[in-house]
Amino acid sequence: MRTSIFAIRNAKEILRDPINLFFGLAFPVVLLFLFSMINSAIPPEANNPMFEPGQMTPGVAMFGTTFMALFSGMLLSKDRTTSFLMRLFTSPMRSVDFILGYTLPMIIFAMVQSLITFFIAAFLGLPFTVHTLLAVVVTIPITLLFVGLGLLCGSLMNDKAVGGICGALLTNVAGWLSGVWIPIDLIGGTFKEVSGALPFYHAAEAARMAIKGNYSEIVQHLVIVFAYAIVVYIIAVAVFHQKMSGDKV
Amino acid sequence: MSAITTTNLTKKYGQFTAVNELNLSINEGELFALLGVNGAGKTTTIKMLSCLIKPTIGDAFVLGNSINVSPHLVKQQTNISPQETAVAPNLSVRENLEMIAGIYGQNSKDAKQSTITISKQFGISGIMGKKAKTLSGGMQRRLSIAMALISQPKILFLDEPTLGLDVLARRELWAGITSLKGKTTIILTTHYMEEVEALSDRIGVMSEGRLLAVGTIAELTAQTGTTKLEDAFIALTRGAI
Repeated sequence: MRTSIFAIRNAKEILRDPINLFFGLAFPVVLLFLFSMINSAIPPEANNPMFEPGQMTPGVAMFGTTFMALFSGMLLSKDRTTSFLMRLFTSPMRSVDFILGYTLPMIIFAMVQSLITFFIAAFLGLPFTVHTLLAVVVTIPITLLFVGLGLLCGSLMNDKAVGGICGALLTNVAGWLSGVWIPIDLIGGTFKEVSGALPFYHAAEAARMAIKGNYSEIVQHLVIVFAYAIVVYIIAVAVFHQKMSGDKV
Repeated sequence: MSAITTTNLTKKYGQFTAVNELNLSINEGELFALLGVNGAGKTTTIKMLSCLIKPTIGDAFVLGNSINVSPHLVKQQTNISPQETAVAPNLSVRENLEMIAGIYGQNSKDAKQSTITISKQFGISGIMGKKAKTLSGGMQRRLSIAMALISQPKILFLDEPTLGLDVLARRELWAGITSLKGKTTIILTTHYMEEVEALSDRIGVMSEGRLLAVGTIAELTAQTGTTKLEDAFIALTRGAI
């Protein structure tokens, strides 16, 4: 009951901010159209499939979920610095109410955002099939990772710092190292090794494999994403809990 | 009957002692003011009594429940209006009130009814649909206190409730607080002498984490050989430094 009340409040706070709506819903669609235009400008003899709908849409869907770090981090940071959280800490709410209350709306937003991205992509040539729904589900672990990063930053930093870290730095790192902007396999070398060691490339690949219906490869990539998500989320929950029961809010 | 009893309540941050062996008893239905300069330990005391932070040493019993042993029982019977206005900015006044009522266990029907009642009591029924962030500072503060009262707490902590408000907004808020006297035990922290004089039944004067004196205005002035509360406060705090 308390979890749902708090989750609904958080959803309203985020959805009523027009900037959030733009980055959460419109920006991935803008990217989709941009990449589609690039794809149509590439001559067939170049034999470059990077911006084909089946290749770039899963990457864009994954990239869209990075904004969940920004949303959750900014919300938590503002709640903390305006004493709103202090008010709630003196209420009968428990740690689990706070954590789920911040997390559940983000997972729902990310899934809706992915659905919209794939729905729009259907008009650009990517068939909307049962594999599309699987790709939407596959974005949940990476969403959990981004929400964990958002909660971690929101617990420790003010909203300006969260905007810098989650809004500028994380989106760029996730964008470049996921293969959404550039062909990582083509670049190879250290860049590919670094990308392979981080979860963003694997999250995008898992979504791509989901679209192709390649189940065994989905699992291979998701294992790495899950590992990162679990570790980051546990750290975020521990830091939040320490803040909740600690001396400084 | 005592609503709050503290025994050697102490809070230390490293070498710094924010609250030092506070022994205090506050009666049910009383409006008790904690008076002190910045850093006196008022807010730290409120934070401990509302179970926001744990004491380093000592304990407090709020309606018979220990803040160390049963904070969950204390939280169900208390509420706080923090020093800064603590409202959800993108939620309407109605949504803010109903949210807090729900968090304190009221079902949807009761939360709606409580919202109507409290909004009338605090003169905010005309702005129920407005987003909290669009309200003036005075109205936000009023909403913040209404949010603290909607759970019908037996004990209410008001941490500098009129800080930053203009004279009119302050007087309106005083009227709201006065209407609660006798029904709810209120612990108020403030810098303002006139606020203490207008509202409080008893006063605790704090300085550097210690409780210097407790009593009515008449008792404090008599104790210090002064005629005004402000003079009594200065005499007490200067004597302590």
